[in-house]
Amino acid sequence: MMGEFKVHRVRFFDYMPSGIRCMAFNRKADRLALARLNGSVEIFNFSNNYFQEKVIPGSDSRSIEAICWVGCDRLFTAGLNREVVEYDLERLCPKYTLDAFGGPIWTAACNSAETHFAFGCEDGSVKLFEILPDKIQFERNLDRQKGRILSLSWHKSGTLIAAGSLDVIRVFDVKSGHSVQRILVDRGPAGTRNKDCVVWNVAFLSDYTIVSGDSAGKVQLWDANKGTLIKTHLVSKWDVLSLSVSENEDSIVAGTSEGTVIQFQLLSPTIGDAETQWIRTRTFKHHTHDVRAVTETKTSVVSGGLDTQLVICPLMDKVEVKSSESVLRKVIFPHRSLVSCAKKPSLLLFQFPDQLELWRLGGTDTVGKPGESLPVTRKPEKLLQLKRKGDDHICCSTISECGHWIAYSTVSSIRLYQIQCDNNNISISKVSKLPKVLRSAHQLQFSADSSKLFVASEQATIHVISLSRSECKHVHTFKPKSGSSAPVHLLAASADGQWLTSANRHCEINVYNLKKLKHHCMVPVYNSLPSAMAIHPETNNLLMAHADQQVFEFSIVDKQYTDWSRKLQKEGLHRCRSKWHTPITHITFNPSAPSQVMLHDTHMFCIIDQSLPLVDLKAQFYSRLTPKDMSETDRPSKNNAFKMCKKYQPLLHVNLLEDDWLVVVERPLIDIHSQLPAPVRQKKFGT
Amino acid sequence: MAELYEGFTLCGLAAGQSRENSGILGIEPGRDADHVIVTGAGSTVTVYKVSDQKPLGSWAAKQGQAVTCPAVLHGQTGEYVAVHDRNVLRIWRDEDINFEKVFKATLSAAVSRIHALPSSEPLVLFQRGAVRQLDALLAAPQQAVEEVLSEEEVIRWSSCFLEAEQPLLLFSTEKSGECFLYLQKLNPDVLHKYNIGSEGKGVCPIGFTATLENKCITLLCLYSSGCVYKLLVSLHPSAEGEQHLPKSLLLKLPVSEGVLHRAAIASLEEGHIAIVGAPHSASTGDTDFLCIWNTNFQTLQASKKLAGGTYGQLWCNAGKLYVTHGKVLTVLPYRCEKSSLAAALGKLKQTSTQEVTSSPSVLNWNSFPHEEAALEQKTGMRTRNSKWNLKIQATLATSINQVLEDIKGVSREEVEEVLEPFLSCSPVSPQFQLGLADIAVELLKRCQADPGFYPQSVLARLTQTGRLSHSSCPGFLMLVLEKRDYFLAQLCLQHFPDIPEAVTCACLKAFLSVADADLVRVSVDLEGVSLMDGPGQSLEGVQNGFSPVLLEEDSCDVQLTSPKLDQSSSWTDVSLTCPVGLKKSALLNEIIQSSYSESFLLPHLKDLSAQQIILFLQYLQYLYVRSSGDVYTQLPGLRAPTITQITDWISLLLDAHFAVLVMAPEAKGLLAQLHRFVRSQVRLYSELGKIQGTLQELSKIKQAQEIGLYSIEVIELL
Repeated sequence: MMGEFKVHRVRFFDYMPSGIRCMAFNRKADRLALARLNGSVEIFNFSNNYFQEKVIPGSDSRSIEAICWVGCDRLFTAGLNREVVEYDLERLCPKYTLDAFGGPIWTAACNSAETHFAFGCEDGSVKLFEILPDKIQFERNLDRQKGRILSLSWHKSGTLIAAGSLDVIRVFDVKSGHSVQRILVDRGPAGTRNKDCVVWNVAFLSDYTIVSGDSAGKVQLWDANKGTLIKTHLVSKWDVLSLSVSENEDSIVAGTSEGTVIQFQLLSPTIGDAETQWIRTRTFKHHTHDVRAVTETKTSVVSGGLDTQLVICPLMDKVEVKSSESVLRKVIFPHRSLVSCAKKPSLLLFQFPDQLELWRLGGTDTVGKPGESLPVTRKPEKLLQLKRKGDDHICCSTISECGHWIAYSTVSSIRLYQIQCDNNNISISKVSKLPKVLRSAHQLQFSADSSKLFVASEQATIHVISLSRSECKHVHTFKPKSGSSAPVHLLAASADGQWLTSANRHCEINVYNLKKLKHHCMVPVYNSLPSAMAIHPETNNLLMAHADQQVFEFSIVDKQYTDWSRKLQKEGLHRCRSKWHTPITHITFNPSAPSQVMLHDTHMFCIIDQSLPLVDLKAQFYSRLTPKDMSETDRPSKNNAFKMCKKYQPLLHVNLLEDDWLVVVERPLIDIHSQLPAPVRQKKFGT
Repeated sequence: MAELYEGFTLCGLAAGQSRENSGILGIEPGRDADHVIVTGAGSTVTVYKVSDQKPLGSWAAKQGQAVTCPAVLHGQTGEYVAVHDRNVLRIWRDEDINFEKVFKATLSAAVSRIHALPSSEPLVLFQRGAVRQLDALLAAPQQAVEEVLSEEEVIRWSSCFLEAEQPLLLFSTEKSGECFLYLQKLNPDVLHKYNIGSEGKGVCPIGFTATLENKCITLLCLYSSGCVYKLLVSLHPSAEGEQHLPKSLLLKLPVSEGVLHRAAIASLEEGHIAIVGAPHSASTGDTDFLCIWNTNFQTLQASKKLAGGTYGQLWCNAGKLYVTHGKVLTVLPYRCEKSSLAAALGKLKQTSTQEVTSSPSVLNWNSFPHEEAALEQKTGMRTRNSKWNLKIQATLATSINQVLEDIKGVSREEVEEVLEPFLSCSPVSPQFQLGLADIAVELLKRCQADPGFYPQSVLARLTQTGRLSHSSCPGFLMLVLEKRDYFLAQLCLQHFPDIPEAVTCACLKAFLSVADADLVRVSVDLEGVSLMDGPGQSLEGVQNGFSPVLLEEDSCDVQLTSPKLDQSSSWTDVSLTCPVGLKKSALLNEIIQSSYSESFLLPHLKDLSAQQIILFLQYLQYLYVRSSGDVYTQLPGLRAPTITQITDWISLLLDAHFAVLVMAPEAKGLLAQLHRFVRSQVRLYSELGKIQGTLQELSKIKQAQEIGLYSIEVIELL
């Protein structure tokens, strides 16, 4: 009977996202770069449905305090490990690192001409670096002062730098390197006078106004020329941790320790008055913890903090009504799967930054009716906990269909393990001699028969490795015909072992013939990044889901989109799903009924039966509102091609096993919140 | 609803009676309600104890003599008076055995009837219309007696009344088809003559019955055509000489063919009449029925087929009908209740199914009462069960009568003794209920007559049966109040469902004015206040950490700053002391919980004095504050007033006495407090209203089931 499944409801994947430390929005590229506390860097493409486009895995040795874009595609971070890092956004790893020799770096700022960097260091120095095309180079120090430099901001002219320190804001003349202005910042209210007032943020406006945010909860406006206070806004009892000025300098947003984001706008107090003032206008409360990073795009306020979620809150006065931009988005989970599944032996591989966990699912020996919970007679079992070696975090991992092979990669190395599992004895052996060509991988995939490992590597190449008990051999390396070097983030192999597809960050999907070891074709480039893809086990049609929620089916053999795909576009699957804004992260097929396609995102999974007509997709969707007690024959859902389940949320992974078993991996938000430190201020009802 | 109970035979009729003549001359009341004097049946006078169906004494005229008028009992002397051979007067006592040897006086003219009056000399009506008091007659038996009536004018019927200690005699005569009515007053001797007028040819009055009410005699006259007319005879007619009496048709019996010959009418209480010898249904025309009709609604209330044919004789004495039929004199107890439209239409709630079977008269909406009764009579379809029920009812009726009889004139202890077994074996039947009411009324009468007599425990027992109501024994509660029996008053308030607002108000007044000290020795049911604080005990209004501080309209969090400072201005310290004692509050709670109609209560509330109003208002405010501070809307205790009842009473009091309260300086503080409290309550409730929506939504949220780290479920995708 179609539609009835037994579900392994898994909640033991103890995934914990890392808190957001800082972020930078690149207006030209419409991309947001954010750095997390664990040293990882993520890039979100705002023009592509806020898709998490690139992830640069973190490292234990890296601690990021500041992140900066230069141009469209150069990304720098600086941190308490004294280092400045420029990243290679194609290889998704640090390009080079250099020591600023000023102790831990607290802050970094780039001038508007993008010729120089200024770094604020623990020793109280502000270091200027010249930005060269392929590196940065130390130029000089500004006059060293007492007290660490916690915040920096260039004036638009590039001649002045404001630097926030303890209890003081200084203005440096870049040319001379001298401090031209020293502004004392008030400490907090009585009782906190003996505590330094930490100027966490400064922003230098083009009209020579300095905006500061400090640990006393104040947002203050200063006249940089005279060194006088213009206005004080007390916005919090705790710290103002982040500050951002909009591009045209008519809006300031400030994030606080209380989890609020406060907006100030430059407005005239009376209509028609030319005189304008900074007026506190809006307060957003989407966070429970410190808002460490805040920035403003044209249409929204973006904020992130210790509670790990990235919040994109639309400014309703700036968005067109009902566009996808008018929705509040919270990004909590990565837009890729951290779980791989071996269907036959019912194994789950969980990927953490520092380890892998291999679990065997439990079981039951009873059957039940829909809605029932069955007694668990065999408990799930953690078979393996595999700690990574080195400082670099795991960036990808996979398990073979048979469950005998596990592979993972960091930015520096690939590791392959063979697993023997006899009854209750588990033995794991590392494959020691890997071909030299394998240095790191963006994506790993085993073939369906577990005889090959596909490694997506640098320059969009894909290495094919044949596996056997005795040795691993490099068979072939595929290169995209387009010559694109964009990193591959998705791989899919066909069940019959003939086809391999790869998708890269340039939206290209290449199909390779594994038998002939040659490039077969390229799927027409669609302007949205693929978020998931899979090859149908029987028809060898490639199913693709894109970041903009579109689903296509492409016949590899015929090198064209299938009729079903066209029909689906016509009927508009996306219409049903457009309510959700998380991308589809996984596509799979029902082993017992290959016509059933399962796809899921964070909030739901659905099964589309390709053998059933799509004609009344819209009507079927609406008919779901009709009462359940309609008789069997009246129920249109019986022949519904589209079946959806929202019972399990949020979803990290859903897979279809044999015999109509489903596995869902849930990660309740409350479990994540419970692992966070206590917020500085907990809102209690009635207080 | 009136009903006839199962009758019983008092005596057989003497042999030699004919179809027309039963041989019974008349039945007169004996020394009490259970004794009757039966005259006739072979010139004998027999005294019966009715409930025992037993003759107590019998006297017979000697052979050849015939008793010509029914013997009566001289209420003052206890002597029997009879006349035989038209003009020989005999007077004797119970202990006289030989009739021949008793006092004898021969009168100068033939006597028609002797009428006994309970507290006056019997009146002797001569055949020619003269009237003498017995003592005057005995002083000179041979005195000349005037002739009032004309030639051929015959007395058909007579009756006497006592109005304002003045005896008066009403008798009807017939002369060649014309009917006249005479009203004879004595001391001074005045005679009024009325012409009743005829009803056309061959139609003549065959039965009379008269009652005296409000100085006006109501004469009901049954004509041979089956019509019952009502004639009103004023005791103080304005005009002299012969007058024509207007008559109104009261009831038309369904006489199908011909005319009635032998029929009699007797008027019962509450607009009911009993008729014997007339059919109740046109379809049968059977005249052998005793029927009770309601004259207000022209409905047949009860009927009974009399076996062996009737003689058209009917007497009514002390709640029983005496009727001759066949070869027996049958006694039929009856009962008439105050008729209401509901009762007449069979909608009265108390009517049980038993009554439907016993008096199948008007309860079926779809058939006419006569038809239905006749149908049942014809088919004789009476279930066994109903027969059994009737038997029970009959015995019950007699036992109630017995009890009523027994409690007359006995001491308080004896009353308790008599009533104890009766009350303890309380069957559930309407008869029993009515019997209880009878007993209560009887006791009430005694209490009113004899101030020393007050069987409190019996009255309490009666009340506790829960079958008494105010309407069944009016005056009961007032008597209780008069006796200052607050215990019983509380019982009545608890058990009577229909206390009029005036009485409720009287109770309230009495309760408010009684001093707490007077209540010390009164036992009062304290259930309603069981968990309340005693008098003078202030209560700390803290519940679940919530102190019901007054919400001033302009300072929501003023209490946060200095709750202690304005404590003195808060209502908490003043009004939370119960202004009345515990027992008094229990009594007042009964009042608060009694049912009432506002418009009827308001005028009576105005009788309360300002002091009483203020006290009551204080108490109500105490209750209100008490119950509002509580989480629950009802005060603890099973019979505690609800907050709605309390607020209703506060509104009523304020309505009734607003002007007084405004003027009274001592009420000012009370009113101000009340206002402040109400205002804070209104604000509280409006806040609660806001919360309600939220909570409603919360309750809709499904309880999230506890899910462990791993579970196996079965789902069906739709």
